[in-house]
Amino acid sequence: MTDIERLKATATQVRRDVLRMVHAVKSGHPGAPLGCAEFFSAMYFSVLRHSPKFDPEGKNQDLFFLSNGHLSAGWYSVLARSGYFEIAELNTFRKINSRLQGHPATDEGLPGIRVASGSLGQGLSVANGAALAKKLNHDKHLVYCLLGDGELQEGQVWEAAMFAAGRNIDNLIAVVDYNGQQIDGPVDEVMPLGNLKGKWEAFGWLVMEMDGNVVEEVLATMKESQRQCGKGKPVVVLMKTIMGKGVDFMEGSHKWHGSPPNDEQLEIALALLEETLGDY
Amino acid sequence: MMKEYTYTEKKDTRSGFGAGLLEAGQRNPDIVALCADLTGSLKMNAFQKAFPDRFFQVGIAEANMMGIASGLTIGGKIPYTGTFANFSTGRVYDQIRQSIAYSGKNVKICASHAGLTLGEDGATHQILEDIGMMKMLPNITVIVPCDYNQTKAATIAIADHQGPVYLRFGRPSVPNFTAANEPFEIGKAIVLNEGTDISLFACGHLVWEALEAGKILFREGIHAEIINIHTIKPLDRKTVLQSVQKTGCAVSAEEHQLNGGMGESIARLLAENYPIPMEMVGVNDRFGESGTPAQLMEKYGLNAASIAKAAQKALKRKS
Repeated sequence: MTDIERLKATATQVRRDVLRMVHAVKSGHPGAPLGCAEFFSAMYFSVLRHSPKFDPEGKNQDLFFLSNGHLSAGWYSVLARSGYFEIAELNTFRKINSRLQGHPATDEGLPGIRVASGSLGQGLSVANGAALAKKLNHDKHLVYCLLGDGELQEGQVWEAAMFAAGRNIDNLIAVVDYNGQQIDGPVDEVMPLGNLKGKWEAFGWLVMEMDGNVVEEVLATMKESQRQCGKGKPVVVLMKTIMGKGVDFMEGSHKWHGSPPNDEQLEIALALLEETLGDY
Repeated sequence: MMKEYTYTEKKDTRSGFGAGLLEAGQRNPDIVALCADLTGSLKMNAFQKAFPDRFFQVGIAEANMMGIASGLTIGGKIPYTGTFANFSTGRVYDQIRQSIAYSGKNVKICASHAGLTLGEDGATHQILEDIGMMKMLPNITVIVPCDYNQTKAATIAIADHQGPVYLRFGRPSVPNFTAANEPFEIGKAIVLNEGTDISLFACGHLVWEALEAGKILFREGIHAEIINIHTIKPLDRKTVLQSVQKTGCAVSAEEHQLNGGMGESIARLLAENYPIPMEMVGVNDRFGESGTPAQLMEKYGLNAASIAKAAQKALKRKS
């Protein structure tokens, strides 16, 4: 199996994990993590320089922050499958006494998580701070932060964007999951983002774009984004994805933002996704 | 006899913070500081000048500042954030809740211009709810020192405490009466005067007023025990309970709403363990207004005379 094939296979397994996790507890957010499966796989199995022997301070490794914490199921899947904790623990997602909280948290000590997220708009600020600490520590590793496009409606994101550019935080790569959907409907109807590329450029960021559902493109763009670091500007990647990707009846609809499939829907969905690495 | 407390000068507690921050920064290279466009008001200039690489001006963006502070801890730094108490708490409650308190981050939230004594700027800036908001959050330690020396000592001491801290101080010059070399012990209340008739519990600017109230009461033959509750959370349960077991009644005094304040924490402790008559001095469910600090403290009943009056009321209920 080539590296690309392996990443694709992992993305498919992440999708199976996400669907089975939210189905099992009849709650959670399947749509966006399905759309980000290629991105999660590429990051944890190729892009990030990291160690599953978890160090909360993350010195001398790349850091990843999930600002849109409701993608937790996808993040937990890729954390488990890259060795941060036992894959079987995915079975505890959203259940009582679990380390896999509905939204990511540090309180229960789940390896891989460095700050709680879920209340939107806060992650890029935290990533700013972590990137500043890396500079103070003369640590050349990078800080990544995934945000949702709907999340960009939060004002704090733009405070953080202004700060990162104003203070030349050039060891920071933000990635926007640009799927165009949020709970109440299409982003363009709920609250249009307008010229999103122009907005980030006006704030002083270097803007890149990619199709987040094509592994080859994700790898190439993320590697290029690394090369653009250290040049005085923060980098943002506008990542086009399809909410619900991989499950035809879920694709492109906000209705699957926060609704789990029922038994029958799960069966149909899993039939579309080959079990590549073995279910938990 | 009342123990005598004197002072040679009045100083603002925020300057105690500024001096403490500089000294803490000299002791520990991991200490960094952030400010949201109030460097002069917070007296952070000395730190900024001494450690320009460890000082971050974030502009008027307090939510972002709290997030950045959280992130800095991930690299092992000990961030001190500085802005007015209103913008340190109410404006950024969810950021503190999720990115700092729930995430257990080692951030020191340092808040000046708390309470009515901010003065002429008026109620928009005079936060009287901050202690309540902060003490309700799990993981957070809440400290309200009483004068310049104690604020300086507390600022240094919190660097060695692992976990989020809310440090509240103020704008006006007040008597600087605690000893300059007195170490600050988080969570250990200080008995300023021993007495047998009533316990006066105070924090912040009201500690000096409680001492003055003690003198008024002493002239009337009442021996007040006066305790500086500089740490509201965790509350020094032992010292509070030992005192009321001796005196049998109490008054709390603070520059804060009665709802959610220090007095409420003490009242809960007493209700659960040793119910006695207790009166509370504070702001009773209303906003402040413009005026000089002294005028406001008088109008809102946050001075020695009010504490002495409350003490008489509590004593009457005891008998």
